[in-house]
Formats: sequence, C-alpha cells, structure tokens
Amino acid sequence: MSEIVVSAVSKTWGGVGGVNRISFKADAGTLLVLLGPSGCGKSTTLRLIAGLEEVDSGTITIGGRDVTHLSPAERRISMVFQSYALFPHLNVAENIIFGLRVRGVGRAERDERLKRVADIVGLSHLLDRKPSQLSGGQRQRVALGRAIIAEAPVCLMDEPLSNLDAKLRHEMRTEIRSLQQRLGMTMVYVTHDQTEAMTMADRVILMRDGVIEQNGAPHELYNHPASDFTARFIGTPPMNIISWRDGSLLGVRPEHVSIVESGGVPATVKATEYLGADSIVLCEVEGETMAIRQPGFCQLHAGDKIGLGWQDRHIHLFERTSGKRRDAGAPRH
Amino acid sequence: MVAAVMSAAAPGTARRRTWLTNVNAWLLLLPALVLLAAFTHYPILATLYHSFFSLGRSGPAEFVGLDNYTYMLEDDVFWQVLRNNLFFALATVPTSIALALLMAVWVDRKIAGRTFLRLAFFTPTVLPMIAVANIWLFFYTPDYGLLDQFLKSLGFSGHNWLGDPSTVMNCIAVMVVWKEAGFFMIFYLAALQTIPPELKEAAMVEGASRWYFFRRVTLPLLMPTTLFISINALINSFKLVDQLVIMTKGGPNNASSLLLYYIYEVAFTFWDTTYAATLTVTLITILAAVALTKFVYLDRRIHYQ
Repeated sequence: MSEIVVSAVSKTWGGVGGVNRISFKADAGTLLVLLGPSGCGKSTTLRLIAGLEEVDSGTITIGGRDVTHLSPAERRISMVFQSYALFPHLNVAENIIFGLRVRGVGRAERDERLKRVADIVGLSHLLDRKPSQLSGGQRQRVALGRAIIAEAPVCLMDEPLSNLDAKLRHEMRTEIRSLQQRLGMTMVYVTHDQTEAMTMADRVILMRDGVIEQNGAPHELYNHPASDFTARFIGTPPMNIISWRDGSLLGVRPEHVSIVESGGVPATVKATEYLGADSIVLCEVEGETMAIRQPGFCQLHAGDKIGLGWQDRHIHLFERTSGKRRDAGAPRH
Repeated sequence: MVAAVMSAAAPGTARRRTWLTNVNAWLLLLPALVLLAAFTHYPILATLYHSFFSLGRSGPAEFVGLDNYTYMLEDDVFWQVLRNNLFFALATVPTSIALALLMAVWVDRKIAGRTFLRLAFFTPTVLPMIAVANIWLFFYTPDYGLLDQFLKSLGFSGHNWLGDPSTVMNCIAVMVVWKEAGFFMIFYLAALQTIPPELKEAAMVEGASRWYFFRRVTLPLLMPTTLFISINALINSFKLVDQLVIMTKGGPNNASSLLLYYIYEVAFTFWDTTYAATLTVTLITILAAVALTKFVYLDRRIHYQ
C-alpha cells in the first residue's frame, strides 16, 4: 500500500525558512495532519511530498518507491490547494476531468468516472457551472472531486478549509474524513487549526520553526504534550502554563482546575465567557492568567476572589528553558 | 411607499428636492459632456452633414445626396488605399500580437536579465513614431542603408526598398510590428501575472506538459487581453499614419498610402473637404463596426475573470 516515508528531509531558501532534517511516516490508508503556526514549514513539507519543491537533502518514498527526484505527476498523488486552484474558464465537469484529459483517458471512462465522482461530492446538478458561479463550499467540492477522480492512492491537502465559514468548515471536515476512510486514501493534511487536526487525524505532527515538535495520535498530543509549545497549541482554550518552583513550568488543562472552598491557590476573576454547555473563567494568579472550565453558566463576576485547586495526576511539568516535558517528581501544590 | 406618503404630505418640497438632485447630477456630468459634445460628437455629425453637400467653391454648398459616396465608390485610389489598409492590418495585427505574446511569456519566467529584456522590448513604444520612421528610413535607404549594407556583405545587390511598390508595404509593416509589439507585450505581461501560480502547480500534479497548460489554460485566460489588444491594434492600423509622412508620402503611386493618409491628402493637399468628409464617415463606420463586433459578439464568447 501507499505509505509515505519522509527521512531526514531538509529544504531552505538561502538559509531562510523551510524545514530542517524532518523524518516521519504516514501509514497507508491513514490521515496524517501537519499542524503548526504559519511559517512553521508544514506547507513546505507538503509541497516537498508533492514534488512542487525540490529537497536539499533527504529522501521521500511513497509506497516503497523512492520519489525524491520524480516530478509531481510521476509521484501518483492528487492535491487540493488552499485557493482550490480551479481553472476559472472551465466548467465544473471540465475542471474535475482535467487530469483525465491530460492522461488521455477515453471518453466513455471519463464520463463514467465523472458521474461517480460528481455523485460522491454532490455536484451532479452543477456540472455546467463556472467556478465563479459557485459558492465557496461548492468550489471546495470541485477541488475535492478533481483530487479523487484521479484515484491516486495519496491525497495531499493544503489548508483546504481555511477559506470557508465556520459551519461549512465543520461539515466539510466530517465529509473529507469519511471520504478518506471510504476510499482508503493515504492523506496528508496541512492546517493551522488544531480543532481540525484533533477531529480528523489518525496522527498529528506538530511543527515549529522547520522541525517536528511532536508526532503522535491526537489524544497523545492532548494528554501528554512533549513540550510547553504543544501544550499551548493544542486545546481551546489551551493549557494553562504558570511558573513553578525550581525552574519549571506547570501546566494544567482548564477542565482540570476546580474552584475550591478553602486552601486553594488564591485567584481573582478577570472575566467569564459563557459558551452554552460550559463557561470559561479567566483568572489572575500571581500576575499570570489561568482559564478554568466550569460546567453550565457561571455566576462569578470580575473582581471576585476565589481559590483554585487541581489534582496531581492532571498536572504537566515542563523545563523552563527548553520547554521539554519533565515526567518525574510531580510537586504537590 | 414612504416616498409616496411624504410627497402627499408636502408635494412641493419633494418635487423641489428631486429637481435639485437632477440639477446636481447634470452639473457633475457637464464638463465631460461639453468636451465630448464639442470635440467628438459635433465633429462627427458635422462631417456626416458635409458629406452630403457639394464643395461650394464657386457659390454656396448644395445638397447633393449620395453623390459624394457614388464618387468614392468609383474612385480607384480609394479602393487601392482600402486594399492597402486591409493588407496592412492583416500583416501587422496578428504578427504583433503573436510576437507580443511570445515576448511576454519569455520575460514572465524567472530568467537572468529579465528586467533588462522587458525594458528592451518596451523601448520602441517609448519612441515617437516620427523618430522611429526616421530611424527605419535610414535602415531602408538604398545602397548605404543598414539593410542594404548587410545584404551587400552577404553578396546581394542593393534594393530601393521603399521605392518599389512590391516591397514598400511589407517594409512599413515590419517597422510597425517592431514598434507596436513591445506595447502589447506589457498588457500580456500584466495578464500573465494575474494567473495564479497554483493553477500551474495543479496542472503539474495532473501531469500536464507546459505546452498543454499553455494551450488549455494560459491562452484561454489571456483571451480578454488578446481581444483588447487586437481591437486596439486594428484601430491603430487605421489610425497611425505618421510613418507615411516621413517615409513615403503614400508613394510610390499610392502603393503605401492608407485610408487616413488619403483623407489627409484629400482634405489638406487637394482641399476637397466634402470628399474628405465622405471618406471620414466611411473610416468611422469601419472602426465602429470593429468595436461593435467586440462588444456584441466576441465579449460573450470569452471568459472574463
């Protein structure tokens, strides 16, 4: 099957940006998310896999075949671009079958595959439209259709949902994930949205400044962040990180902090955000901000003095200087 | 509804307000209106009017109906310059467009000296036609001109390029292509830069060759520009005659004369103003037909982003 193996791949532009000796593997038929803030090298990594950029060093194999120096077409991949990259002068049908035409697939097979793909992405009634006559979500579907009609074992997606509104993004997220599973594609998916990463991925690779910060399943990144960077990046709101004794940082998730009657860490309420199912209380603790998740509506007001507590099994310790996770010697509060 | 209620309550005020709005609008339109009317619309109508009258050299001008037009259709020189003009348009328009596209595609790529090349291609546009014609006049000069000196060094004999009816039109066409192509290149270059690079990448992933991408994507996306340029080139081929004044004066034996140059001669050398008016109406009709084709027919068939 088509697993993707990236080994020790580097790419810079005159020493600026890019990625530095990254290695990872995407198992066949799984969805791997490359996650990170802008400029972290996630899109570069995707473009290197696609062959749109040339590696400086390292190798890339797809399905056991070394593709490091092959052209994008020879790598047998499909790709969805952030801007969708639809051909504006071609209608939906022509956009979807563009690649089939290039490869000289016969008319009968083309029509048959178009029909099938149009059904899958729900565009059967819009095949004659031009991209400019479509909504953002429909354009996204055209790009998706163009990617899956190729029946390539590997599909690469570069922030495909970032131009959609929140509701549509949620819908398409589910749809892309179920499509990937149904068709058994190996998918590499680039995003800066950690919610997308957490909900869709089999495996998440969090990147930072051209290197891999952490590589693991979504629950591993959430429950065992390897660094304070991961801890701060994953979760809404992210993990609270406060200075702790002997040069370490203490991290605790907002849902693991509780308000205690007595003996807790003293804090002052700064604001509350009511979200419906729960509320987020923002507090000030010794000059630092902590978020607390409380079920339902929260009666606290700005200025209220409260005490905070948490259980030892819920805390994470990180080195202050390196940010690395420190596992032994969890202190008592 | 609201407006109706208001005007029922105070009909005088509402009417006055509408009137003021209209006056305001017309005042804003006035400067453009005056300029257009005085220097475009009135001259066209006056020309049309004069084309139906006799010259009136010996007495008042008389209405002669279509006599001037009949005369025009029987005028051999008119047909000759019209033929010349069509040949000139056919020779210069497609060539300069093709050349412009070629240059634009070339300097759009990341190559060394790109800025210098762009500048070099654009330079002929900056020069006034009068200067260009003088330069090329030297190129074409028999015996000691650049072209003849070059041919002589290869062992060919000299030729009077501009004095020979069989070569004069081609010589002028080459010069005009040289002058115009760089200008059109700029439009193509601008259009090429609006094509998102992801389209190229998407096509690469699908395995499209460069030629396939150019034919199926770039060229169709450049069509609005091509249309714009071709209309302009066509109109220019009827409207640019400076070179004739410098190089040939329409000669030899009207072999290089163009419609507009003929109008100029008829009007200001022969002082036959009514016949010149008749020819002008014909020229305007041709140009209007070209523009109309663009707006009515071609625009519908082209994809605009």
